[in-house]
Amino acid sequence: MSNGNTAISIDSIRLNSLEDLNTLRQNIIDKHDPNKPEVLICHGTGCIANGSVEVIDAFKKICADADIDAKIMPGIKATGCQGLCSKGPLVLIKPQGLFYQKVKASDVEDIIQKTIIKNEPVERLLYKDPKTGKPIKTEEEIPYYSLQKRVILKNIGKIDPTSIHDKIAVGGYQALAKALKTMTPEEVVTEVANSGLRGRGGAGFPTGRKWQGALKAVEKKGGPVYVVVNGDEGDPGAFMDCAIMEGDPHAVLEGLILGAYALGANKGYLYIRAEYPLAVKHLEMAMEQARAHGLLGDNILNSGFSFDAQINRGAGAFVCGESTALFTSIEGKAGTPRPKYVRSVEEGLWGNPTVLNNVETWANIPLIIKKGADWYSSIGTPKSTGTKVFCLVGKVNNVGLVEVPMGTPITKIVDEIGGGIPSGKPFKAVQTGGPSGGCIPNKLKDTPMDFDSLTDAGAMMGSGAMIVMDEHDCVVDIGRYFLRFLEEESCGKCIPCRLGLTKMREILDNFSAGKGKIEDIETLQSLAKAIQDGALCALGTSAPNPCLTTIKFFKDEYLAHINDQKCPAGVCKELITYSIDPDACTGCRSCARLCPENCITGKKKEPHVINADKCIRCGICLETCKFDAVQVN
Amino acid sequence: MDHQVEAIDEILEHYPEEPEFLIFLLQDIQSAYGFISKESMQMVSDYTGVPITQAYSVATFYQSFRLEPIGEHELRVCLGTACHLKGGQRIVEELERKLNIKAGETTEDMMYTLDTVNCVGACALAPVLLADEKYETNITASKIKKILKKIESK
Amino acid sequence: MIKFNINDTEVEVEPGCTVLEAARQYGIEIPTLCYHESVAPSGACRLCMVELKDGNWSKLVASCIYPAAEGINIYTETERVHNVRKWLFEMLLSKCPGSNEIKEMASKYGVTSTQFPIENTDEKCMLCGLCTRVCEEVVGLSAISIVDRGVHKKIGSPFLVPSDVCVACGCCVTICPTGAMSARIDAVRRTPDVTLTPLAL
Repeated sequence: MSNGNTAISIDSIRLNSLEDLNTLRQNIIDKHDPNKPEVLICHGTGCIANGSVEVIDAFKKICADADIDAKIMPGIKATGCQGLCSKGPLVLIKPQGLFYQKVKASDVEDIIQKTIIKNEPVERLLYKDPKTGKPIKTEEEIPYYSLQKRVILKNIGKIDPTSIHDKIAVGGYQALAKALKTMTPEEVVTEVANSGLRGRGGAGFPTGRKWQGALKAVEKKGGPVYVVVNGDEGDPGAFMDCAIMEGDPHAVLEGLILGAYALGANKGYLYIRAEYPLAVKHLEMAMEQARAHGLLGDNILNSGFSFDAQINRGAGAFVCGESTALFTSIEGKAGTPRPKYVRSVEEGLWGNPTVLNNVETWANIPLIIKKGADWYSSIGTPKSTGTKVFCLVGKVNNVGLVEVPMGTPITKIVDEIGGGIPSGKPFKAVQTGGPSGGCIPNKLKDTPMDFDSLTDAGAMMGSGAMIVMDEHDCVVDIGRYFLRFLEEESCGKCIPCRLGLTKMREILDNFSAGKGKIEDIETLQSLAKAIQDGALCALGTSAPNPCLTTIKFFKDEYLAHINDQKCPAGVCKELITYSIDPDACTGCRSCARLCPENCITGKKKEPHVINADKCIRCGICLETCKFDAVQVN
Repeated sequence: MDHQVEAIDEILEHYPEEPEFLIFLLQDIQSAYGFISKESMQMVSDYTGVPITQAYSVATFYQSFRLEPIGEHELRVCLGTACHLKGGQRIVEELERKLNIKAGETTEDMMYTLDTVNCVGACALAPVLLADEKYETNITASKIKKILKKIESK
Repeated sequence: MIKFNINDTEVEVEPGCTVLEAARQYGIEIPTLCYHESVAPSGACRLCMVELKDGNWSKLVASCIYPAAEGINIYTETERVHNVRKWLFEMLLSKCPGSNEIKEMASKYGVTSTQFPIENTDEKCMLCGLCTRVCEEVVGLSAISIVDRGVHKKIGSPFLVPSDVCVACGCCVTICPTGAMSARIDAVRRTPDVTLTPLAL
C-alpha cells in the first residue's frame, strides 16, 4: 500500500522505553546547531498551488551551485502549512526568524546572497503592515500570528512532516511514552474526560464520554474495539484537517495510538478524503517510521501493548464524513448511513464497539496527556475547552488557518486576525459549519465561536470553516449553493433528503429568477422542518440550516427577490443586467475580446456598450475590467 | 487485452481476498488505467467475492470512480464555497462553452474531460482549476485561454 | 417482556421487537412503504416516523428500526409526525404519480394533491430498494442493486444491461410496494440464449 516513496531513510533504531526516546531526542537536539541557517518553505496545498515547489527546487539548486561556507550552508526544509495562505508561498529563515511572503523562484538568489551570506533581510519580501505600510520582520510581530493561540498548529510549518526525528525533537511521542509507562488505560480516559475536550468534527460530543461509552460496551458484549480517524473533511472551505495531516502527521498518529491504548484497541483505521493525496502520503510515511521506531505495531516501546493501523482512502462521497456511512465505506461498501439508534461506540465497524474521532480531536489527545487536563481546560470557555483551528476564507484580507481559544468572538477572528474585508467595509455575514451550518450576520459579530453559542445562533461549529461574505454575495444564492451541493452529495437512501432538498432548491431557484411568491417562504420553513425531523442522518437533518438562517437574518433580501424582482447583491443572473460606465471605460477592448457572445461593441480607446439583448450575464466582462467600468444593475 | 489481465492480477495480489478491499482495488486499477473496465471490475468481483452487482453499485456510488476512459487532459474546476463566491461557476460555464461539452463529459476527440470538484483546500487562491494535477489559481476567462493554449501546444 | 406506551396506552412486547412491530401487534396503524417482514428494515421511506417524548424533550424516530425499550413514550399522530407525512406524500405524488398504491395511501392520510410539479406521469418507483434487498437477502442472488447515488440513484443490473444472474423468480415484483417493478423486469433479466436445463443442486 506504500506509494513507493523512499526519499526519507529511516534509522530503524527500535525504541524500547521512555528513556530510549529521551536519549534519541537528546541526540537529535545535540546534533542540530541552532545558529546554523535554516530555510523553511511552506509545502501546504495553498503554497504548492502558488508555486512553492519551484521555490524549494530553486533553493536546492542555488545552494548546491553557490559558493557558500559550510558553516552557513542552510538546511532546506519543506514544511506543512504555515498558515497565511493568501500571502504564499511563505518562507521562514532561521535563526533570525525572518518571515518572507509571496516568494518566487526568482527571489531565491537574493535570499541566499543577502540573508544567508550577509545576514540582511530582503526588504521587498517582508510582510507589510496593511495600515502603516511598514515592513515587519518576524512572524511573531505580525498581528495575524500574534493574535492567535497556536497549540495544535504549533509545529506545523516549523518541522519537516516527513521526518520522525524532527517530530521527536519537538517532543513527539512523549505523551505516548509517558502514558505507557506511568498511566493505566483508565487514567488516560479519565484525563481526556476531565479535559472537557469535545469532538472537533462538528457536533461537539464530549470525547471522554464517547470513550467511556465504548468501554462500557466492551464490558457488556466483549471486544474487539476499533479506533478510527475521520479524515474525510468534506465541508467546502475547510482544510484544517488536511493541514494537520499534511503538516504534523505524527500528532494524529500519536493521538490515535494513545486512544487505542486507553480503549484496548489493537486495530485502527485512518479514513482520508480522496482529494488529499499529500495527507495520505505523509501519514503513510509517518506510520512506516513509527513502526521502525517501535512506536507502532507489536509491543510498542516494549510495554506489551500492540496496535497497528491502516489507511483507507475515501473515494469521493461527502456523506462518508458521517460516522455510520464512514464505517460502511471502510467495510468496502457504498457509504450509505445506517440509522443511529444504537450508538457506534456500541455497534460501529463490523458491528463492534468503535470510537471515531475527527483528525483535530485526535491531535489534541497527546497535548492533554502531556500537559494535563487542568492545563487544557484552562483554555477556552468552561463548556468548550481548548483551542479551535478555523479556516478563514472568502472575502477577507488574510486567508488561511487560524487557531484561537474556543469562545473567541467572530469579529476578533475576521476583523483583527483576518484584517477585515478587502473593500474596508464591515463584512456582511460569516458562514460557519459548511453545508450543515448557517450564516451569521454582522450584527451578531460578537458571537463567541464555541459549540453552544453557534448552535444558539442557528448555525453550527461544523469542522471550522469560516466563509466571509461581503455586500456582493447574495444570501439566496448561497442558500442555493449549499442545497445544490447536498443534493449532489445525498446518498439518496431516505426520501426527505433525496427529494426534499431538490424541492427546497427549486423554490430558491424561483426566488433567484424573480418568480417567487411570498407564501413560498412559509412553505420552505415547513418543508425544512419535515426534513430536519424526517431525514435519516445528520447530512439531511442539518441540510436546511444554511437556508433557514439566511431567511432568519436576511429576510429583507429574500423579499427584494420576491416582491421587487431584485437581487441587491447583484448576483442572481436573471435579475441583473450589465452595462458599461462611459466615463470609466477606456476602450481597452479587454472585455470585448473575451465576451463569449461578442455583444460588447465600440471603437478602440472609446467607451464601449453592452448589447443587453444578447448578453448572457456570464460576468466575464466584470471580472476582466481593470477600470471598474462594468456595472451591475 | 491479455497483458492487461496480467497487470490487473498483479494489482489484485497486493491485497487479501476479502470484500473489504473492493474499494482499494478499484482505486488502484483506476490509477493505473484511468478508468475501471467491465472486465477488470469482473476480476475484482471474482477476487474479493463481492457480487458484480454490488461492485457496480459501489463503483457508481463514489464520485471518483470512472467507468469510461477519460480524455488526455483532465480539467477539474473547484466549486468549494470560496471558489463559488469568487466565480467558480463562471469558470465552469466558460470552459463548457470553449470545449463544447458539459461538466462531467469528455470531448469527442478524447482530448479533454471537464469535471467539477468540491474544494481542494486552496481557498486563498480562489477560483482554482486543476489542470492535470497542476493547480491554476485566481482563474479568469483570459487565463483559461492561456491554459488551453499551453496544453494544446504540448 | 418490555413495557412501554404508544399514544398513552401501555403495550407489552418481546425484547428485540421494534416500535413498529409492537404497534402492529396492538392494531395501531403506522403507514409504511419500504418495510416488509421478510427482509431487514432499512428506514428509507420515513413514512413510519413517530414521536418519542420524554418530558419536554422529543424527537422523531423511524418506528421500523427503533427498538422497543422499557418505559418509553411513543406518539403516532402528532403535529410533527403529520408534517413529515404530509410532505413525504406530496413529494411522492410529484415524483411517482403513476403509482396507484401511493395515491391510495396518501389519500387515506388526507393528501390528495401536490404543490410540486409532476415530472413523469408514468413513474411508479420511489427507489426504496426493497426489491434489491429481497433479491440479496431472500433470493440470495443480488441480480439487481442500487446504482449511482442521491438524485441520480436508479435500480438496475450491472452496467444497466439485462443479466442472466436474474432467474425471473418474481420476488422483486411481488414485494414492490408501489407497483413499479413489474414494468422493469425485462430490463433486468436477460433472455437465456440456451435452453434451460434443470439445475443440479
